[in-house]
Amino acid sequence: MSKVKVSKGGAPSLDMTPMVDLAFLLVTFFMLTASFRMAEPVTVDPPSSHADKTLPDNTILVSIDHDGRPFFGVSNAEAKVATLMKMSGKYKVSFSEAQIKKFGGMSSFGVDIKNLPKYIDASEGERQKFKTQGVPNDSLRDPQLSDWIRFAAQETNGIYIRERDKAKEQGKDFVGEKVRYAIKADATTKYISVKSVLKTFTDMKIYRFNLITSLEGGGSKPTETK
Amino acid sequence: MAEIADDGGGHKKGGKKRAKKQSTKIDMTPMVDLGFLLLTFFVLTSTFSKPKSMEISFPAPPPKDDKPVEVKNGLNIILTKDHKIFYYKGQYNAPGNAQGKPATELTETTFSPEGLHKIILEMNSYAHDEITKLENKVKNKQLADSTFKRLAMEAKGDKRSLTALIKTDDKATYKDVIDVVDELNVCMVGKYVIIDMSAPEFALLTEKIK
Repeated sequence: MSKVKVSKGGAPSLDMTPMVDLAFLLVTFFMLTASFRMAEPVTVDPPSSHADKTLPDNTILVSIDHDGRPFFGVSNAEAKVATLMKMSGKYKVSFSEAQIKKFGGMSSFGVDIKNLPKYIDASEGERQKFKTQGVPNDSLRDPQLSDWIRFAAQETNGIYIRERDKAKEQGKDFVGEKVRYAIKADATTKYISVKSVLKTFTDMKIYRFNLITSLEGGGSKPTETK
Repeated sequence: MAEIADDGGGHKKGGKKRAKKQSTKIDMTPMVDLGFLLLTFFVLTSTFSKPKSMEISFPAPPPKDDKPVEVKNGLNIILTKDHKIFYYKGQYNAPGNAQGKPATELTETTFSPEGLHKIILEMNSYAHDEITKLENKVKNKQLADSTFKRLAMEAKGDKRSLTALIKTDDKATYKDVIDVVDELNVCMVGKYVIIDMSAPEFALLTEKIK
């Protein structure tokens, strides 16, 4: 089978079957395990720490870039769309059917809601260049971030309860998680900008966070100095 | 390359004319090409590990009529620009206070193992030693995991273990805050909080970094 046949005169032929088997095995593995990273509107390089807890799946994420601009994202697409509808109602910005659909598949964004329709229509490349100050986060004049968080929390909790009740009705085990609030800030961000975002959360009586960090190299524990 | 092998069943010399025997071998090359193309794509685009995160709780704002509590075995860590880090132990004492305690002074330290790590570990030796002892017991199977968790929490919450207060000014970076919190986690400090600096502390700090 696996012998290299040297046929007289003709080209040597090789049996490819095991190679194909292997290749497709790997393809299947990667396809099943892959989780795609959505293109983030900005690069946020979180600081490293020894924390080794993985981030829960169901999160409301606020990223803060180097300049302190907040970006908002919800992991649950269904809740994200519902949040958009509520925001559109409150801020009187209308979205087309296509825009809503597109928004559900988007990663975090950092624009004023007035510019959001334009932002959704833009291509990936154009989004990177979008001039933005992040989601407005002014608790008095323009509390958009706080509204996004509040509505998203309501929606995700609503979905959580609905799914739990549905599972109970059908007598199945419920595996869902409650929503967690994640904060991903760049290592070089001034703490004061992180603080203002934290304040937005704490004003809503949300006190527990998951701060996203990258894993520090080496062992799980640093060398003892004692 | 893999080719369709020449069909072996040709005309036999002088034999009867048979139906041409088709080769059963298929050229796999395009399939391999496709397989590896997909493989490359998935290897390059997939993210193996989910991001890691650090769980942290922030304090609820205290009720208005709340008296400031006295912190026992407290360490105040003050962060500022250029990754500078200062600390003082215990309560803040203004110069010339009524109790006659010496005025608070800030001491500078570093993020190195010889700096902050050592200070925290010294002050938190009670919890650290207790938990290390408990960990050894778990290793020797003398203690169940759930009991360990409970006892570790108790040790961290004990009066003898350290309470850390992290305070930053406007110029401190997020990385410094995370580094300090991480150091506290590594040193098994259970009681820490990130709060605002008081005005006299800020004055002391400005004096120091002038």
